[in-house]
Amino acid sequence: MMLALRPLIGAAAALAFLAACIASLSGDWAGFFSRESAARMLEFVRGFWPPAMEGAFLLKVGSASLETLAISLVGTLFAAVGGLALALPAAGRWGALPRTLSRLLLNCLRAIPELVWAALAVIAAGLGPFAGTLALAVHTTGVLGRLFAEALENVPPEPVESLRRNGAGAVAAFWYATFPQVLPQLTSYSLYRWEINIRAAAILGVVGAGGLGQMLHFHLSLFHVQETASVLAAMVVLVGLVDALSNRLRTRMTA
Amino acid sequence: MGEATLSAQDPGTRLENVSVDYVSGVHALAGVGLAFTPREQVAIIGPSGAGKTTLLQTLACALKPASGELTVLGEQPWRMTNGARQRLRQRLFLAPHVPPLPPRQRVVHAVLAGRLPQWSAWRALRSLIYPLDLEAARDALARFRLEDKLFLRCDRLSGGERQRVALARVITSRAELFLLDEPVSSLDPALAHAALEELQTEAAQRGAGLIVSLHAVDLALARFSRLIGVKAGRIVFDLPRDAIDDQRLIELYGAELDTSLQGPPDEAAPVIKLSRCI
Amino acid sequence: MHLSAKPHALRDPAWHGRLTAAVIFVVLLGPAFYLTEFNPATLWGEASLRATRRFMETFVPPAHSLEFLALVAQATWKTVAIATVGTTLAMLIAFPLALAATRTLSVSQLATGRMAPVAAIIRTAVRWVLIGLRSVPEIVWAMLFVRAVGLGDTAGVVAIGITYGGMLGKIYIEILESGDTRPAQALLENGAGRLQAFWYGVWPVSLPELTSYTIYRWECAIRASVVMGFVGAGGLGQQMELSMKMLAGGEVLTMLLVFVGLVWIADQVSAMLRKALA
Repeated sequence: MMLALRPLIGAAAALAFLAACIASLSGDWAGFFSRESAARMLEFVRGFWPPAMEGAFLLKVGSASLETLAISLVGTLFAAVGGLALALPAAGRWGALPRTLSRLLLNCLRAIPELVWAALAVIAAGLGPFAGTLALAVHTTGVLGRLFAEALENVPPEPVESLRRNGAGAVAAFWYATFPQVLPQLTSYSLYRWEINIRAAAILGVVGAGGLGQMLHFHLSLFHVQETASVLAAMVVLVGLVDALSNRLRTRMTA
Repeated sequence: MGEATLSAQDPGTRLENVSVDYVSGVHALAGVGLAFTPREQVAIIGPSGAGKTTLLQTLACALKPASGELTVLGEQPWRMTNGARQRLRQRLFLAPHVPPLPPRQRVVHAVLAGRLPQWSAWRALRSLIYPLDLEAARDALARFRLEDKLFLRCDRLSGGERQRVALARVITSRAELFLLDEPVSSLDPALAHAALEELQTEAAQRGAGLIVSLHAVDLALARFSRLIGVKAGRIVFDLPRDAIDDQRLIELYGAELDTSLQGPPDEAAPVIKLSRCI
Repeated sequence: MHLSAKPHALRDPAWHGRLTAAVIFVVLLGPAFYLTEFNPATLWGEASLRATRRFMETFVPPAHSLEFLALVAQATWKTVAIATVGTTLAMLIAFPLALAATRTLSVSQLATGRMAPVAAIIRTAVRWVLIGLRSVPEIVWAMLFVRAVGLGDTAGVVAIGITYGGMLGKIYIEILESGDTRPAQALLENGAGRLQAFWYGVWPVSLPELTSYTIYRWECAIRASVVMGFVGAGGLGQQMELSMKMLAGGEVLTMLLVFVGLVWIADQVSAMLRKALA
């Protein structure tokens, strides 16, 4: 009897928690599900079609897409280099203290979402894609650094040991024995992260960090729904392209 | 149990009553006394797990003896600073039993890695971008009939080919003492003889010493004039070739004796977990 | 062995390809840097420095007045509430869709191993719906609901409900199909209805994994709630955005610390719950 009580108590507690949560949210519910609200939303959604397609606007969308692409590329690139640099101490190369400190730093960088970094970066670097690039680079360094450190820690040590035993320097031994073994994983993680970053880069613009996100925020604020639809479509296309390219590169480079 | 007499020259290598321990305190080598002149070529034989690998690693200054005196090329490695010891290691070459080749690295870089002790970090990096001494790499591989694999990836080679790449690395190195752990275990008898001949020629030309552990006794008897038998961490005999008869070998191997053909490679000797010495 | 005669100079065959790839890379990177207006010097430009300085001036110590902390506590609770209700909504959406789309409950597949065409079409359609739900990022939904429909906190709930409904649905299907399907199959074969087959055949097998993944998604939802707050969907994120706009560094620091703490607590709670269920 006691055993059957545990899950029941658990379920009851969960439901109570849920009820408390619902209660504390402002009571938009009635309004959300009301008829007028539904009608408003339907009107709104209908306004999306057809998406805006005048040449001048499409050009802007195209250039914003390129900007977003560039943000994701440069941000991920810097993160790969920075991540590798931080991964070396984080994998314990230089002792216990550097390991703890670098892991702490990586965790901090990771914990704060890209958008929050972007908002902070806008303060330091002003509005525009540079802030977005910085934000992506900083956050992704935390993510990649942690992944790279784990890869470095799991590398079979025999090739490095053999070179070091025969008198090779530490730097040379790293490039000749550790790096070739860990490179496929580094590339795979970086390319995978690029896929995620293109989605993030598209959104960062919402806080003013450039690219499609900035356009989206702008047009949505002014209720330009047709333009919004075009921007959304461009986002989906861009994400699909990067996904495909990243997959191609990954299979080719880690064969 | 004989001991080869050390010639009057000093730059030899010798162990005096050396013991090397496993982490558990059990002796991997106990009371070992050996002496080598600088240009000697010696084979070490013995059953699996006897301590051959430990002996080679001790000579390579990779393991610190728990007791006894170790002299390598006239120097005492464990009385030196870390830097000086690392410089001494640059004059040695230890080739482990399993070729330590990174799978995705191309053969040309794996072979040229023998030069790393002499190269600065910058030169080493430049060579990765474009190999610095292609001819040397090709010639080293050609001596083991592998020159057509120069630009292949190491993981596309067979076990025997990988072993030969590791031997080519020995050739490109500038070491004065080669310490090779079962270097031809994956090669068929004819190739094994030819490979050992290349190594011995190279060592003789360079004036370097050559200490090789071998599983195939017939190979050792055919190619080396001095053999050392190791069993359970102790030296059982240290004799010129002619003084070795079947009785000695049976004493060494017990029931394991198989002189007809090269046997399969050793199962790894018990893993020695010692604190990092490098 | 003799050296094979190779009169012409050796070249690295991979060099050409590598050089081309490097050139392409640089050619692509140049415009990319230009497009991102990459200019570290702006970080030290006058306007930026002023803003940064104002922000950092108040950064330490973190704001800790009682009324501010109370405000933060309330905002944090709101964030947790949004995440919880949102995840619940996502479960309510994902569950029936996953049940409809999973092959485990396919009756037509039982006998022949192949699904009836109508059933297959329905299942594929449902899967596409799930893909559609998660293809638009939740923050975009949040923006839509905040601006277009004038919602506040509820915007976040519905946004999470939709996108996470798609994600949960996809994973639910995978879990349902990867577990042991034989109990369900047996029940269906014996004529049990699909719902019965589910409750008695699938549910006991898959419950731990389903709950585990849902709790993991709840953790992600907390993070997402904070992010959505930046576009007006309430909670900690919205407060953070307000403080950043006012360059109130200390307040931002407090909220960042609270956020990191919140994420850590959610992580611990989630791990605890998942362990208790296993």
